[in-house]
Amino acid sequence: MDTSTLTRISDFEWRIEAQGDMHVPGIIFADAALVQAMDEKVREQVTRVACLPGIVRASYAMPDAHWGYGFPIGGVAAFDADAGGVVSGGGVGFDISCGVRALHTGLQRADIEAVKVRLADALYHAIPVGIGSHGSIHLDEAGMDAMLTGGAGWAVECGWGTAADLLRIEEQGCTAGARPEAVSVQARKRQRDEMGTLGSGNHYLELQEVDAIYDPDTAAAFGLRQGDVIISIHCGSRGLGHQIGTEFLKTMVIDAPRYGIALPDRELACAPIQSETGQTYLGAMRAAINCALANRQIITHLTRLVFADILPQADLTLIYDVSHNTCKVENHVIDGRARHLYVHRKGATRAFGPGHPDLPAAFRTSGQPVLIGGSMGTASHILAGNAGAERLSFSSACHGAGRAMSRRRAYKTWKGRQVTDRLFAEGIIIRSPSSRGVAEEAPGAYKDVDAVVDAAHRAGLARKVARLKPVVCIKG
Amino acid sequence: MWTHFHHEADIGIRGIGRTREEAFEEAAVALTAVITDPESVACTTRILLDCEDPDPELLLVDWLNALVFEMATRRMLFSRFHVEIDGARLHATACGEPVVVDRHQPAAEVKGATYTALALHEIQPGTWHAQCVVDV
Repeated sequence: MDTSTLTRISDFEWRIEAQGDMHVPGIIFADAALVQAMDEKVREQVTRVACLPGIVRASYAMPDAHWGYGFPIGGVAAFDADAGGVVSGGGVGFDISCGVRALHTGLQRADIEAVKVRLADALYHAIPVGIGSHGSIHLDEAGMDAMLTGGAGWAVECGWGTAADLLRIEEQGCTAGARPEAVSVQARKRQRDEMGTLGSGNHYLELQEVDAIYDPDTAAAFGLRQGDVIISIHCGSRGLGHQIGTEFLKTMVIDAPRYGIALPDRELACAPIQSETGQTYLGAMRAAINCALANRQIITHLTRLVFADILPQADLTLIYDVSHNTCKVENHVIDGRARHLYVHRKGATRAFGPGHPDLPAAFRTSGQPVLIGGSMGTASHILAGNAGAERLSFSSACHGAGRAMSRRRAYKTWKGRQVTDRLFAEGIIIRSPSSRGVAEEAPGAYKDVDAVVDAAHRAGLARKVARLKPVVCIKG
Repeated sequence: MWTHFHHEADIGIRGIGRTREEAFEEAAVALTAVITDPESVACTTRILLDCEDPDPELLLVDWLNALVFEMATRRMLFSRFHVEIDGARLHATACGEPVVVDRHQPAAEVKGATYTALALHEIQPGTWHAQCVVDV
């Protein structure tokens, strides 16, 4: 992106001045190198989001922003229902409530060294991954409704976890306002056999080692010590969420003229929050959030079974579970007045700071854990929310590294076996059903996650707490 | 003939044909090529598909999403397609086989077809392009 057309607010904040149909400015949080590396399409998408009705304060891009559909990935925008604000399917994405869950194991790196290959093989066999896989849970219609309403709480009631798990999940594992009746027959059919599956593409389950601690006090509050073994699970609402995203994108395109919305581009399909289409989408999207939370809960259960068999001394407890493709209703203070806003985060993580009333007691003084996923060979990070980020970005931060290279180019550049062998030489075990998938997800195809996290830290969006190095990666 | 075109996070698919129908068929091959080598997919099972939309571009997205749905729920991949379009209606057959992970090495699941870079036009007499970005 050409920075000469941006107003530089600071070394880590750039503004696209409001002009033409823009109701608010665009704000990009990144250092100069990251902004320059961003596609011009990011500017275009940030600008177009700023033109949507009822947008409040600014259209934001996080340091890992890249070209998406409709909204940029790494995009954040809040809308006021009372000011004609909209909800957008493209502002949430197809993989509704895709997110990261991190677990303590109570183990140190030395504890798993002798059994890490066995663990990798057992996890790979226990957790369905990739295309064509399916879980062992088959939901009937009543079970589907209960899952869509209850989220991770439903999974715990079924015996796949404990009540303590729910305290460490956003909204205690269940999003209110889900409307199972708004979820189509097709979306239900896609999900019937997919509970507890990881999916494919950039989704993974990793065993990781805490290899750096930047903020000892917050790390202690999160229960993180140097050398600890952590488990990270990255996946979303599977076929159900994909189908809901697909269906409502079209519904919103067709209904837009009826609601008097002139879309600058069809990919920005949206509906007024206070409309039948908007409310139906919100009900279906919230059901998909519950599906994603239930899915990560079931995968947690399957992971616990593997550890109970191989390393029974392990104690898998949740650090936190955060979603990064959502629209959530939150209270934010704008110009001294508390307002009820619909905050879209697409490829962006909620990052509530210390004192936020929605955080579990354990994080009231530290701020919430912000879980940033890496790729197979690169680090992941745990950050903490800052109180000041509410003013900057509606308490939002980045979600990962973002791709630097297309899948096709990655596949032409690397062979899956080479990638697996090279990572094995570095001490990282990869298990995946697809050699081509591994090539497309090669670490070199992603941007430098450390640079993205540094930018988020220095911009004040969230603060660095610990870095995690992969040891085992189960890739879909 | 089909190609993929650049998109930073996802993949652009483009079908090229002498007619609109052929461009739709080739776009479907390009969709399969996001997941696996279409040459590796045998034609053992044939399914019928019907879509309807008065907007030809939205009909293209509907067609691709119908295939995404069938691939997901049948756990199949498709490699051969025949499309007939009559006004707003599309009638098609897709031929393929169940996923065999070892042989197909499926790389990435397509979540859905999007309206990004969506276009359907006859770029010159007898050459149609049908394209959009798909979310993976």
